[in-house]
Amino acid sequence: MNSGPTSTAQSGASTPSDPQQAATQLVGTVRVKRGLADMLRGGVIMDVVTPEQAKIAEDAGAVAVMALERVPADIRRDGGVARMSDPAMIEGIQAAVTIPVMAKARIGHFGEAQILEALDVDYIDESEVLTPADEAHHIDKWAFTVPFVCGATNLGEALRRISEGACMIRSKGEAGTGNIVEAVRHLRAITGDIRKITQADAAELFDWAKQLQSPLGLVQEIAETGRLPVPLFCAGGIATPADASLVMQLGAEAVFVGSGIFKSEDPGPRAEAIVEATTHYRDPSVVAKVSRGLGSAMPGLEMEGLETKLADRGW
Amino acid sequence: MALQGAAAEHVAAVRRLGARAIEVRVPSDLEGVGAVVIPGGESTTMSHLLGTSGLFEPLAARLADGMPAFGTCAGMILLAAEVLDGREDQRFFSAIDISVRRNAFGRQVASFEADLDIVLGMDADSSLDDGGLDDPFHAVFIRAPWVERTGDNVEVLAEVAPASNPPTGVGPNSVPVLCRSGPILVSSFHPELTADDRIHRMFLDMVASGHTG
Repeated sequence: MNSGPTSTAQSGASTPSDPQQAATQLVGTVRVKRGLADMLRGGVIMDVVTPEQAKIAEDAGAVAVMALERVPADIRRDGGVARMSDPAMIEGIQAAVTIPVMAKARIGHFGEAQILEALDVDYIDESEVLTPADEAHHIDKWAFTVPFVCGATNLGEALRRISEGACMIRSKGEAGTGNIVEAVRHLRAITGDIRKITQADAAELFDWAKQLQSPLGLVQEIAETGRLPVPLFCAGGIATPADASLVMQLGAEAVFVGSGIFKSEDPGPRAEAIVEATTHYRDPSVVAKVSRGLGSAMPGLEMEGLETKLADRGW
Repeated sequence: MALQGAAAEHVAAVRRLGARAIEVRVPSDLEGVGAVVIPGGESTTMSHLLGTSGLFEPLAARLADGMPAFGTCAGMILLAAEVLDGREDQRFFSAIDISVRRNAFGRQVASFEADLDIVLGMDADSSLDDGGLDDPFHAVFIRAPWVERTGDNVEVLAEVAPASNPPTGVGPNSVPVLCRSGPILVSSFHPELTADDRIHRMFLDMVASGHTG
C-alpha cells in the first residue's frame, strides 16, 4: 500500500549516454489499473477454490481466476461470517496458473486488502459476497497500487465506487443462486440510466448527480462519452452459455462466473462453453453449438426464497 | 482479431487514421483482410479461442504468405517464435524471430507507464522515418512480456530498463519492447490505450509500402 501513484526511479547503474536509464516508471496509475480491466474484456473470470480448479479454468480459456475458500453457493448454505481467504490458499492458486489471480476482501476491510496487495494479487474484489466489515464506508481504493473491482446494483452505486477508486464495476447480481434475474436488473439499471444521461441537458445533469448521489464530474463525463469511465462486467447468477450471451448483449464487457461452473455436473466442458459463448455472443449458432450436452447446470434458487440478499450489502 | 481483449481500441485507432477495420472472430471474417492487428488481452485465452474458432490455421497460412501484422502485449506473444513461461499447449504463429517471456515485468502491481525513445535503425526504409517519432512515446505496460532474444533480421526500435534485473544475455540494463521484422511489428506495451497514434501510423505505413525489411 502506498499513497497513490508512485514514481520509481530506475535501479541499477545510470549512464548519461543512455536516456532509457534516466527514464521514470510510474506504477499504480489509473491508466494501468483500468488497463488490466480493459485487457480482460470479452473474457470469463472464474471462481476457484483449489489449484486443481484453477488449472481447469485456465485450460478452459478463463482470462482470470478469483481465488476464494468457498464459492458463493456454499457461503450462502453455510452462513456465518465469510472472510478473506487464507493467504496460503491464494498463493497455491497463483503458483498453479499463469493468468491473473483476483481475490476478495470484505466491504470496508482495508486490512484484508492490504494483505491481498502484499500477496501480489492482480485485482481485489471488494465484495458483498463476504460479510461486510464496515456499515458506512467502503475501502479508499486510491490508496492502493493494486486495482479494485466493486459490485453495483445501479448507476449511483457504480459512480460512488468509481469515486472511491474502483477501476472495474461489475453487476452484483445475486451470487450463489444460479439465477440471472438480478444481474439483468442491475445491468439494465446501469445502462438504462447511462442512456438517459446522454440525452440530458447541462442543467439536468446537476439533478442527475443529486438523484444518483454521485459526483457531478462523473455524471458529466458519462453524458459526454455514453459509457462508464471504467469497464462494466457482469457477475452474479451466470450458469449457462446462454446467460453469458444475454448479459454480453445487455452491455456487459466480460463475465464473472462464480458457483455456476464448479457447482455444475461437468465443470470443464461448461467452463469452455461459457468462454466460447462470451466471445461469440453475437452469433447464436455458436452459442447453440456449445450449449449442447453440458449436463445439468447448478441447481438454482428463486429470489423469494432467499434468507439473505447479498446485493443489499454495500452503500 | 477480436476473440478477446482490447480489440475495440485498435479498431478505433486504425479508423482514426483513415483505414478500414473490421473485427475478426471466425475464419470467414478474414476474407478481404489485408493486415491483422492482434490486441492485448490474455494470450492463453486467445490461444484457446484460436483453436476452438478454427481461426488459427487460416491466419497462420496468411501470415506465412507475408500478411502484415501488428501485435501488442498478448499479440506480441502470439506472433513470436518462442514463448517462455507460457503454457505447454500455447499456440503461437512464429511470424517474427523473437523469444518472448510472458509476464516478465511481474504481476499487476508492477504494471507501469514510462516514456520510451523510439529509435529507427539506420538500415530502415527512409520512407518510414518521418512518423514524428523523435519525441518520446508514452507507453503503458500491463503484466507485460519482454523480448529475450531477437533473430538477425529483427530491428529493435525501443528498449526499457526493467525495475527488476533482466536475465543475462539480454543486455545489461534494458530489454527490447518494440520490434520490427519485415511486415511484422510487435510491442510489449499498449499504444491502443493512449491517444498517441504514431505507432499505429507506423504500422499502416508499413502496410501501405509493402515493407519487407
